[in-house]
Amino acid sequence: MRFLQFLNSLLLKEFIEAFILSMKYFFAPKATIYYPFEKGYLSPRFRGEHALRRYPNGEERCIACKLCEAICPAQAIVIEAAPRQEDGTRRTLRYDIDMTKCIYCGFCQEACPVDAIVEGPNFEYATETREELFYDKAKLLDNGDRWEQEIAQNLSLDAPYR
Amino acid sequence: MMEFIVSALDYLLGIPFLGWGEHIGFIYKGLLMLVALLVFVAYFLLADRKIWAAVQMRRGPNVVGIFGLFQSFADLLKFVFKEPVIPASSNKFVFLLAPFVTVVLALAAWVVIPLDYGWALSNINVGILYIFAISSLGIYGIIMGGWASNSKYAFLGALRSAAQMVSYEVSIGFVIVTVLLLVGSLNLTDIVLAQAEMGLAHMLGVPWMNFLNWFWLPLFPMFIIFFISALAETNRPPFDLPEAESELVAGFMVEYGSTPYMMFMLGEYVAIVLMCALTTILFLGGWAAPLEIAPFTWIPGFIWFILKVWLVFFMFSIVKAFVPRYRYDQLMRLGWKVFLPISIFMIFVVALVLQLTGWGWHGGMA
Repeated sequence: MRFLQFLNSLLLKEFIEAFILSMKYFFAPKATIYYPFEKGYLSPRFRGEHALRRYPNGEERCIACKLCEAICPAQAIVIEAAPRQEDGTRRTLRYDIDMTKCIYCGFCQEACPVDAIVEGPNFEYATETREELFYDKAKLLDNGDRWEQEIAQNLSLDAPYR
Repeated sequence: MMEFIVSALDYLLGIPFLGWGEHIGFIYKGLLMLVALLVFVAYFLLADRKIWAAVQMRRGPNVVGIFGLFQSFADLLKFVFKEPVIPASSNKFVFLLAPFVTVVLALAAWVVIPLDYGWALSNINVGILYIFAISSLGIYGIIMGGWASNSKYAFLGALRSAAQMVSYEVSIGFVIVTVLLLVGSLNLTDIVLAQAEMGLAHMLGVPWMNFLNWFWLPLFPMFIIFFISALAETNRPPFDLPEAESELVAGFMVEYGSTPYMMFMLGEYVAIVLMCALTTILFLGGWAAPLEIAPFTWIPGFIWFILKVWLVFFMFSIVKAFVPRYRYDQLMRLGWKVFLPISIFMIFVVALVLQLTGWGWHGGMA
């Protein structure tokens, strides 16, 4: 046994095996992608930038139940609710998300009973100033309009598992 | 006196209207060699990163130029334009001298390397001793850098590095002795010539299979020991303890930045390429073509030399990717308790074989 071990180390057995293995990886397809030009696969469950969705008739979904505000572990969401002037329905006056506090846990979209607040597939929203990351209701609704197609598709793909 | 100045100018600069020289002057040759070497080192650096990346299924630098071919030059510019920070408590003179020492010594060793027959800048008879002496002096750059930084981390890194280089120089020395026993000359050109004229291919009756002639085959264990010791000597992974980035930040280079850091890196890589060239000369037949038949012999010798240096460097580089770093006591154990006894034993074996069979090289200039 000692002799075999000695022979192995003398003949660099493990070294040669490691060399062959690394040569195999040397010619293997690269895992790196050319990021800005080429993007990786995103799961339908991907939790990116937040968005407030609307119904197909244009009515905003959010009913100001404040479940998201309550569950948010980072306390990044601030909501003020009031009856809307026109029809007296319960709506949000303010819906602010501090994106610098958000930890992207996805609890808000889990808590939402009407699928209003969702985390969309967008992750490329870096800003130059900190203030730009304090999202208000207008910004979130705008996000919702912009990403509605992708968000709806992801939600329908994920629906069987929820 | 006038005659002396004219002939000296002629020799150094090769200005034809001053003297009688038809050769290119020593300085021009030296400059050519220097520029070629530095450009090559830039690409060795890139290749190092690329090879390492490829084994890890990454692409490596690929943004600056096509396939990242200008990456090293971009890095050079970056280093040069950075502000050199000199620690207040350092010994400023020695601190700045250390990188120069490293670079100059690493470059100086290239003077005797023959790229092709007669292509050595200085074909001295003790070429191998010269290289050995210069590469031993290389430790001074590291010790000076580590000491002058006046930082305990840099100092510990320098101590480690010095101990490591001294240990492995011993086994490298004995490996070289076995080659010298076979050749009987310290001249690097002679060592290459000897490999083509004596060797296993001649004994087997297939003299055109030149690659069997080279010393890597008869001295195979020595070849391996030399390769591994060269890794340790140049502080390459898996023996990169002085600059183990996960433990020591950068060893003796902790306090360095900007151009001095770049010069350390440059010196290191020039030394690595030197070790590759030395492996090529001692064990892989220098500039000789691997097969003495038509398409191979058309390619000029220096191209073969460069190809072989690249091959050895590829091994240098890929070892970095798949061998974990040695612990310090393992490193010392390997150097003193494994390589040293084996190489001393092999000296006796080689000497015995030479004595009993009369095998050896009987040509040469000396």
